[in-house]
Amino acid sequence: MSHHTTPSKGFWTPANILTAVILAIGLVLTVKRFTMGIGSVTNLTDDNPWGIWIGFDLLCGVALAAGGYTTTAAVYLFGMKKYQSAIRPAITTAFLGYTFVVIALLYDLGRYYRLPYPLTIYPGPTSFLFEVGLCVALYLTVLAIEFSPALWEVLRWKRLRYYAHSLTLVLTIFGVVLSTLHQSSLGGLYLIAPSKLHPLWYSPYLTMFFFVSSIPAGLSMVIFEGGLSHKFLHHKMDDRHLAESSGVTLGFSKAAAVVLFAYFNLKWIGVALDHNWQHLATGWGAWFLVEMFGFVLVPCLMYAVAAREKNEKLAFWASILTILGIVINRLNISLIAFNWQLPAEARYLPSWEEIFITVFIITLEVTVLRICLSKLPILHEHPEFKGAH
Amino acid sequence: MKRRKFIGMLAGAGASLAASPASAGGTHHFTGYPNSFGVLFDSTKCIGCRKCEAACNKVNDLPAQPEPFDDLSVLNARRRTKHDKFTVVNKYEVEGKPVFRKIQCNHCLEPACASACFVGAFVKDATGAVSYDAARCVGCRYCMIACPFEIPTYEYDDPITPRVRKCTLCESRVKEGKLPGCVEDCPKGALIFGRREDLLTIARERIRKHPGQYINHIYGEREMGGTSWLYISGVPFSQIGMREDLGVTPAPELTSGALSVVPAVVGLWPVFLTGAYALTKRKEKIAEEEQRHAVAEAVVETEAQAAIKLKAALDKAERDKQAAVDKAVKQALKEAEEARKQDESSDTESNKEEG
Amino acid sequence: MEFMTLHDFMFWTKGMAYVGMGLGLVTFVAFWLFVTERDEDRFADKEEE
Repeated sequence: MSHHTTPSKGFWTPANILTAVILAIGLVLTVKRFTMGIGSVTNLTDDNPWGIWIGFDLLCGVALAAGGYTTTAAVYLFGMKKYQSAIRPAITTAFLGYTFVVIALLYDLGRYYRLPYPLTIYPGPTSFLFEVGLCVALYLTVLAIEFSPALWEVLRWKRLRYYAHSLTLVLTIFGVVLSTLHQSSLGGLYLIAPSKLHPLWYSPYLTMFFFVSSIPAGLSMVIFEGGLSHKFLHHKMDDRHLAESSGVTLGFSKAAAVVLFAYFNLKWIGVALDHNWQHLATGWGAWFLVEMFGFVLVPCLMYAVAAREKNEKLAFWASILTILGIVINRLNISLIAFNWQLPAEARYLPSWEEIFITVFIITLEVTVLRICLSKLPILHEHPEFKGAH
Repeated sequence: MKRRKFIGMLAGAGASLAASPASAGGTHHFTGYPNSFGVLFDSTKCIGCRKCEAACNKVNDLPAQPEPFDDLSVLNARRRTKHDKFTVVNKYEVEGKPVFRKIQCNHCLEPACASACFVGAFVKDATGAVSYDAARCVGCRYCMIACPFEIPTYEYDDPITPRVRKCTLCESRVKEGKLPGCVEDCPKGALIFGRREDLLTIARERIRKHPGQYINHIYGEREMGGTSWLYISGVPFSQIGMREDLGVTPAPELTSGALSVVPAVVGLWPVFLTGAYALTKRKEKIAEEEQRHAVAEAVVETEAQAAIKLKAALDKAERDKQAAVDKAVKQALKEAEEARKQDESSDTESNKEEG
Repeated sequence: MEFMTLHDFMFWTKGMAYVGMGLGLVTFVAFWLFVTERDEDRFADKEEE
């Protein structure tokens, strides 16, 4: 460590070096994917047409970007004005989250350049994927408008900022409608494959399970990122954001606890309705119980205690466990318990290149997020627009 | 418009609706294309010669295979359809005897792939074929997730124009009046092409005539709502790699209900959410009003108190003033009295001096 | 319209449902604006500029 911190040395921190290496390798793999085909970088087969790019990047990415609609609904529709400062960080993460979901999707689509087809010339309305595509496209637009004021403030384009802001109510309601639909429709994707998804995870309730679980997912992401920014971006946060952050954490903890509780109960009703009790005694049943108790009930109770005892640290750990639980649930449905009847040699395991491209996309997203948080009025109010919400 | 005429029109409209076969009492029932074609596969006749595989390869212009089609050793491995193999035959040992089973697209009556496709690239045609239009395909591969028979395959190694590949039921040949390639080249009559209805009759007849030779099940008659390919066998289908747990629900029905919730959400969520918003606003307004009232009351009270204070101060000032006046008057009177007394005494003194 | 398969039927009816949803949403916004047009605090939620 030198005392004379030249700008270049300040930039090349270990974290930034790691980022640069990941981005460089990721770019090489990107070129490989788009010049030599999906088969050249993935372990996808005719039996396993969807890998981690769908199971993780799409399913988990969308679920964990649910913080946008949950926070805007809480503040603008349900009158929790005291959480106002949580809005911008939540919208920013959601907007970037969805943007990178779409970018990841381009890697997975065989003919990515035809992405607009379903929404323009060849709609296929019987498909849940059509529903997902339509809602994600519309919601991305909504998020872009909701995110834009931060940009207009920096550029001092007051009129555009005013127009974008005057749509708040309509955008919030549209955002909740669209999120309800595409969060649930991601579960709906698997309704058509009852013979491939293990009965403990397949349920006619799949759509509802995906929607309900997206609420604690979104809330947990807000709590998790709140905790992280408190630690690492403290200097970027103004007094208001610092003062309100504990209220946001504890209020969201309470909400997450209650919704997780309901989700836990509904999952058992799903088992009861399809009479799948006998599967609980199998290895798959054990794994199901791990998911249900370890990653739904435990974080639910942790959140409950955190809210009761005003324990922000516990809430932070509960948020990590909830996020892990959501990831496990989505991976179970899309990969682990999917094609469970196939012989072991026909099962899917991602290639390192597939995983690396996912890591590359997440790194890209985090990098853009870091730039946004440090350059835009997100964790602090723009001095010229103070209190103008 | 005359009222009677209007009623007559309503009745007419009702009658025309009722006459439509697709809608009877609100439950829609579909029986598929009448006279559509299919193929009946009789596994008791198949000898595993791979002639159908060779024919399929030829008529579909598929690339040459590494193993020649007369190499029967490949039958021992479990194979599935591939982007360059629309049909494969697998060998199963059942009770010491080999049983062969041909795999290709079953051409469902209600195709899961078509239901899952978000660009409508799959269509169930009047011929019976489920055809795929590569010009629409985006390459999401959801059809492959959806297909319960694991038939569609993908050209993973094509970076620009990958296609989903599967059996076409040789639709173009059928339209020319020719047989599908595999059926034409089958030397043992294990494959029969014909109208699905006729094939069902043939299959039933064979099972009826030779009850010891066949199990009493026509695979594809009802599986997943029925398929255009039908199978009869001497051994249970599960023993020759065909799933018997697929159920009889047509694929579109699996999603129909959940898809119907979508418009309900769009219709009701905005109402509930606007309601929640309105309630919040109202609560805020009431809170605001209450606050304003409280402020106003406080102001009134302060003012009243101020008035009382002012009055008291005024009164006190008045009283002080009066007191001051009184005091001044008293003082003046006293002074006058003293002056008078002094005069009097000086008078007596001077009188004394004079006297 | 005659539909030969459930899939054809759903392709048409679900398509109509999507069109209906779009129209419903747009008209709902317009209708809400109509209902609240004469409210004094109609724009109370908007920021004061």
